[in-house]
Formats: sequence, C-alpha cells, structure tokens
Amino acid sequence: METTRKSIRKQSLEKLYNLLSASRKVYAPVIAPDKQVEYKYNPDFAEVTFEHIRSTLSVKNVVFPKVENLFFYSNAKTESTITDIDLNKIPEIVLWGTHPCDNAAFDILRSIFSWDINDEFFSKRFEKLVVIGLSCHLSDEYCFCTSVGLTPNSAKGSDILLSRLQNGDYQAEILTEKGNGIVTLSPELFEPISGEEVTVTEVKQKFNHEQVTVKLASAFENRFWIENSLRCIGCGACAYVCPTCACFDIQDETKGKNGKRYRSWDSCGFGLFTLHTSGHNPRQVQSQRWRQRIMHKFSYMPERNESLGCVGCGRCSSGCPVDMNIAEQLEALQNI
Amino acid sequence: MSDNIYKPYLMEIENIVEETPDVRTFRLKFKNSDDAEKFSFKAGQFGEYSVFGEGESTFCVASSPTRKGYIECTFRKAGRVTNALANLEMGDTVGFRGPYGNTFPIEQWEGKNLLYIAGGIALPPMRCVIWNTIDLRDKYKDITIIYGARSVSDLVYKQELKEWEERPDIRLITTVDPGGQTPEWKGETGFVPMVLEKLAPSSENTVAILCGPPVMIKFTMPVLKKLGFQDKDIYTTLENRMKCGFGKCGRCNVGKVFVCKDGPVFSYEQILLLPEEF
Amino acid sequence: MNSLITRAKELLENKSVQVVIGYEAGPTSVARPAFITDPAKAGTLIYDERCVQNLAVYLTKPEVKHLGKMAIVATLPVMRSIMMLISEQQIFADSIVVLGISADGSLLDIADVKVMQGYIEKSDLGNPEKYKELLAELNKLSPEERFAFWQKELSKCIKCYACRQACPMCYCTRCTVEVNQPQWIPVQSNTHGNMEWHILRAMHLAGRCISCGECGRACPVGIPCHLLTMHLVDQVHNYFNVYAGTSEKMSSVLSTFEPNDKESFII
Repeated sequence: METTRKSIRKQSLEKLYNLLSASRKVYAPVIAPDKQVEYKYNPDFAEVTFEHIRSTLSVKNVVFPKVENLFFYSNAKTESTITDIDLNKIPEIVLWGTHPCDNAAFDILRSIFSWDINDEFFSKRFEKLVVIGLSCHLSDEYCFCTSVGLTPNSAKGSDILLSRLQNGDYQAEILTEKGNGIVTLSPELFEPISGEEVTVTEVKQKFNHEQVTVKLASAFENRFWIENSLRCIGCGACAYVCPTCACFDIQDETKGKNGKRYRSWDSCGFGLFTLHTSGHNPRQVQSQRWRQRIMHKFSYMPERNESLGCVGCGRCSSGCPVDMNIAEQLEALQNI
Repeated sequence: MSDNIYKPYLMEIENIVEETPDVRTFRLKFKNSDDAEKFSFKAGQFGEYSVFGEGESTFCVASSPTRKGYIECTFRKAGRVTNALANLEMGDTVGFRGPYGNTFPIEQWEGKNLLYIAGGIALPPMRCVIWNTIDLRDKYKDITIIYGARSVSDLVYKQELKEWEERPDIRLITTVDPGGQTPEWKGETGFVPMVLEKLAPSSENTVAILCGPPVMIKFTMPVLKKLGFQDKDIYTTLENRMKCGFGKCGRCNVGKVFVCKDGPVFSYEQILLLPEEF
Repeated sequence: MNSLITRAKELLENKSVQVVIGYEAGPTSVARPAFITDPAKAGTLIYDERCVQNLAVYLTKPEVKHLGKMAIVATLPVMRSIMMLISEQQIFADSIVVLGISADGSLLDIADVKVMQGYIEKSDLGNPEKYKELLAELNKLSPEERFAFWQKELSKCIKCYACRQACPMCYCTRCTVEVNQPQWIPVQSNTHGNMEWHILRAMHLAGRCISCGECGRACPVGIPCHLLTMHLVDQVHNYFNVYAGTSEKMSSVLSTFEPNDKESFII
C-alpha cells in the first residue's frame, strides 16, 4: 500500500499507547534500575523510553524466543505419544519504539526460517507481529546501520514508523495494512503533517558491505581470522544479543514420563556447536568460529538466503567483553 | 499432516539386529499407516531419529527405497541418543523426521560399473544405495563392493555380506586390518587402500562410491586417481553435526554449502571446491 | 607507560618472548586485550584505568599459546590468576614473563615467581573495596530476600557463558554444562536452570576465585554474578584463612584436608 504521512502529538502518542496496551500485548523499551535498556510487556507509558540508543538484548525473541517448545511427548515405550503445540494461540504482539535496525532484522530472520521449508513457529509469530518503529535521533560509536544498507530512519520492517519532529511531536509514516489497522483504532490521533522537520541522527558509513561480500569470497584461508580473533574468548554474547542470529539447538527435557522437545538459542562461537560425537570438530579453534560468524552474515547469507545477516545495530560489539568490534573488522576486510 | 516441521513420525521397532557389540540395526515401521503411504525417500537421504527424553541423532536411512513399508537405520552406540536407542527393545517407539538432503544420482549411473568402497561403520550410509542398485540390477554393469573393518567382529551386516558373496552378479571383497582376522577368516587381510590397489578395478565407465573414516579416504583417493578415476566419478557423503536437518539451525555448513541441504552426497569434484571445514 | 613499551619491545627484540599480551586502544572508548608479536608495534601498548580484562584467560588459549613464549601485562588479579594456573599445573612458572603493574599503574620488576609471590603477599587480597558494600548489603538480607534477589537477577541469564569464558580459572576443555550423559544442567535458559548453572560455577570457583570481578563485568545483561564467587572468597577466608592465588604450591583448599580445618559448617 501507499505510504501516508501524518503527525501525532506527544500526548496523542500516550493515548494511542494506552489504547493498545489496554487491548493487546505491547512490548516496549524501558530503562531498568541498573541502566540497562530492556523490553517489557505493557509497561506504564511513563516508563517507556524514547531516548534509548539500543536495548541490551534485541527484540528477536518475539519471533524467535530464547526457548521455544516444539511439541510435548509422553514416553511410554510402545505407546509413546506426541501432543502438538497450538500455534493459533500465539497472541498478537505490538512492538513499540523499536529502531529501524531491529525492525529490518525480522525480514532477515524470515529469510532463514522460510528458506526452502517454512518454519511455522517463526512464521506464525511473525504474522502476529505489528511493528511501531521509532527512527533514531540518537546514535553512538557502535552504530553502523548505514554500512549495511539501512539508515537511522529506514522504514523497512515497520508497519508504522515514528520520527521525532523538532517541536517534540512525532511524524507517523503509515506503511502497511497492519499499520493502517492501528490508525483506524483512533484516527483522530493522527493529524495532517505540519511541515515540521524530523530529527534524525547521523550515522557515519564505515564500510561498503557489497565490497566486503566480494572480498570474503576468497578470504577463507586468510591469516586475518587468526590474527583478529586472538582476543575472542568464545562466549555466545555476540550471537545472543544479535537481532539476526538464528542458530539454535534442539533438546529434550523430561519429568517422569512426560516432557517436551524445545529449541533454544545457540551460538557458532561455542566449541561444542560443531563437535562430532567422535571427538572430531570441523571448527576446532576460535579463529574458525569467528570466521564462520562473519562469513555466514556477509558471504554465505547474501548468496544462499539473499539477505545480508546484519543490520548494524552494534550490539555484538558493545556487548562484547573483549571488544571484538565487528564494524572495525569489516572495514579491514574490505581492504584486504 | 501438521505444519510442525519438527514433529517426528512415530515408528515402531519391528526388528533389531546386533551387528557388532556396539552397532545395532533397527527396522522401523510407521505406527500410522497414512504416514507409511505418504512417505518416500531416495538413496542417500538421512533423517533425525529420536528417543523421547534423550533427543535426536542424525543418520542415513540404511534400507533401500525399493523395499517399501519400513525403513532401517544402523547406528553405533556413541553419544546420549545412540546409547538410549541401543537400550530400546522390539515394539518400542522411536521418532523419525525426514527424509532430508540430496541423493545418490543413480539414474546417471545407469549403464555403468559401480565400485563401492566402504570402511567400518560407513557401510550403512552406502547400504541403501547398494541395495537400491542391486534391486535394479539390470540397469547397471559390474557391481563390486570392497568392505573393510578393523576386525572380523567389527564387520556389520554379516548376513547380507554372505548373501552378496553368494550372488554371482556381485563381486564382494571383504577385508580386515592386519591383526583383526580370526583363524576362520577367509577374506582379505590388509587396509582398504591396499586391497583396492591389488584388485585394481578398471576406471573405464565406472563410478566409485567411497565412504569411510577420514584416514581411509585419505589413502584410498590416491589409489583411485592412480586407477584413472576422475573426480566427478567419485562420490562420498559428508557427515557434519546437525540438529534441524533442513538448513536453519546453522551448524552443518562447510563454507556456504549446507551438508543437510546440498549434501550429504557429494562428488569428489564438489568436495575439492569446499573449504576445509568438515 | 613508556617503561612498559620499552620492556615489551626489548623482550620481543631479543626473542625472550614471541608475544606480549597487553592492552591496546580500540576504535571506541574502551581498551582491549592485544597480542604484540612485532617489536615495532610495541608502541601500541597502553595501560590505564580502562584496561580491565583479566588477561590471564589467554594463557591457556591454544591459538595464543601457539604463538610461542608469552609475556603478559599483569595487574594484581592477573598475577594471582597466574599463580593459580601454576599451582593447578596449567602453565609452567618459567614459561611466562610477567610484566607486573602496580596499583598506581607503574611497571614492577617481577623477575620470577618468587618475586611475584612476594608482591602478592604484600598486597590487599580481600575482595576489592568497590564490591564490599554490595556484598555487605546482600549479607544483610534474609535468606528469602537473598533468594528472591538472585532469582530475579539470574532469570535474566541467556546462557551465553561469557562469565565462564572470561574467567582464567574456567579453563576446562569440557565444562560440566557441556556434559550430556547425564545432562547436569539444562541447555535452555530458564530461571531454575540458570540458578543451577551459576551455583555450579560459583562452587567450582570456591577457593580458586581471585576476586577480579571479570565474570560480572563480562556479563552482557549485567548480572552481578561476581558477587557469588566473591562471597565464597570471604567464606573460604573465614573458614580456612587463605586467599587463592598467593603461592605456586598452594593446593586447592576445598579438595584437601588439614587436621586443623574448621568443621563448624559440617552438618
């Protein structure tokens, strides 16, 4: 559908939020007492922050929860049974105030979960998601959305994109039918645009991702990986805070005879990830795992999933205990 | 059928063969006859076998698609799931998801000689295609099978080895590593590459299918090359660790190639293009 | 930090070591571990208050060891980690050159393990001041309140194992959480399983933790998990009157028995 632009006053935004929050699950960012930015379901509007650069964790959990039950079973030797999960019970979730990088990540996740064979757990959750995005008027040294084909106010992935106007009100770009559905809940809150300028932060481009992809095609054996991953300690922080990392484990957990099979977040940074039962490990050392992380996102995914596996949110780098700065490394890779 | 791609078929263990002290073959029958009817697979494909409460384990379907109504799998007790599988009894339920992955291009092999070379527990991934081609015997010329194991007791499918040996239209050579023979052993004694070199089969109009431990592959490849086999006429399977089986969980890739989707069957020509990550 | 750079350059030039593990400035405001193999690059080494990671974690990392003999920039917690690694026979005392850094940031002359031991013994070995207040506050809580506090904190855990990976004492090649026969700790992240993991981690570090606080600093979601191990540092000191990482011959407090050990905690 054609995008329409409206303006919405700060007070009207509160009304809209309360209206949504009264009738459905709204997932919105708040600043926790320890200063970490986290998402909560239906916090009071007064708690909701419009001033965050990035939440500690991404919001991928709304479509790819850290633990997802795949089915329940009863193990009774000859008479074992399986009980399916009712995916129709997945509730509608309104994401509130997520930034363009996080919103663009959903389509990347879709490119993985619908590759060849469709994963209903993801697609049902994705279907039920409404995204009210918020352009960035703040950024920091870790942001690099402009290097991966996005901008601080890209509309990709949003159903409605809010952008702060200079007078403190907001511009609302209504981008999809889902977004239109939100507007129709209370059309009077959306007023004609005032001509006021939007306030958008500037994010400097650090590298050209297309050139990086070209370079990576012949970089597998490069010394770069060993030299630049010496300080990587092999934790899963980067993968778990990443909005596009989708690797998972599948496990069973039983109590008595009954149990569930679930999938949970996993990380290519772990040695155990590829370890064979025989003891053989195709990715034996950390440099091979770090290479996999970058190659997967910037070389394999563009070719196999037709999407770049990164949105430039900077979480992996700001959350890394030893400053493995991915933008810095990609910039270097562009020039090898 | 549910849209839940992680939900396995329920299978009943119809038969158990103890191949060696730690290797078992299960014959699995679909508990639901509708599932049995809709199910089909091709030689080379694999699945996820599960014991509820212990998890899933990946191995190939070891029976031939020409044998309908059941599937068979052969596994070695090694980790959590295979140990749990080994403790099951006839009639017990296991889960099976699949088939996944690509297949041996047996149509392309029609009219050619087939040379199967397997070592140890790597005969099972090949057993499916061996039987498949034997069951379509008139489409292929000579069928030769070289199978080696560490010792006589490590040879799997002993019953079938006997059957193949007795068939005039199949040439079977079995061998055990030096020291692995028994006084009654009538087969060869020596490593697979040496046995192959001694046999020296012609590479003319022949496809070689090679599965075995890395060390066997390493020493067998030069012999095949010496015999004149071209990379495109040598096939093998890769067996990286997997969870989902359909390209989402992210652990089986070798470079950009996903073993679960692009494999597990590869020609040696394709293998040479892969980075060293398997 | 000219003396550090000079010393590092000298060590690399005369080939006493093949790599100097230290700190460098990154593209952002944080400092980070650096591995200098070329004497010409010794100038990039820095040491200031931003240099916080416990570098001893790299002494057992295969790719770093592969570079050859190592020199390491070592503040007190790093020196104590080195001492622990020597006493647990993970590294050889004479295979490492210690570039000691004093509390005021100047280069110490640590000629050998004996000298390092002397320096450690002279230092304040209790938990760092900045954590004492928090530890005291937690101790004031009732067991129920404390349980509630940890339950809330640990429910945030995403099982990324940054706490484990950042810890020099967590060098096991196969951690208990990676053992699945039996599955001691659930793979998934849930409050109960997260608590099991953090209790297990703390217990494995009891009598071995050297109070660097790196586990808590490494946590991407801000769980103060260092307070668990630091609490045990206090407990171990209280019961056995020892601090970890003070001698190259120290045997593990919790796996040895001494006739005069207090037994008041045995129920």
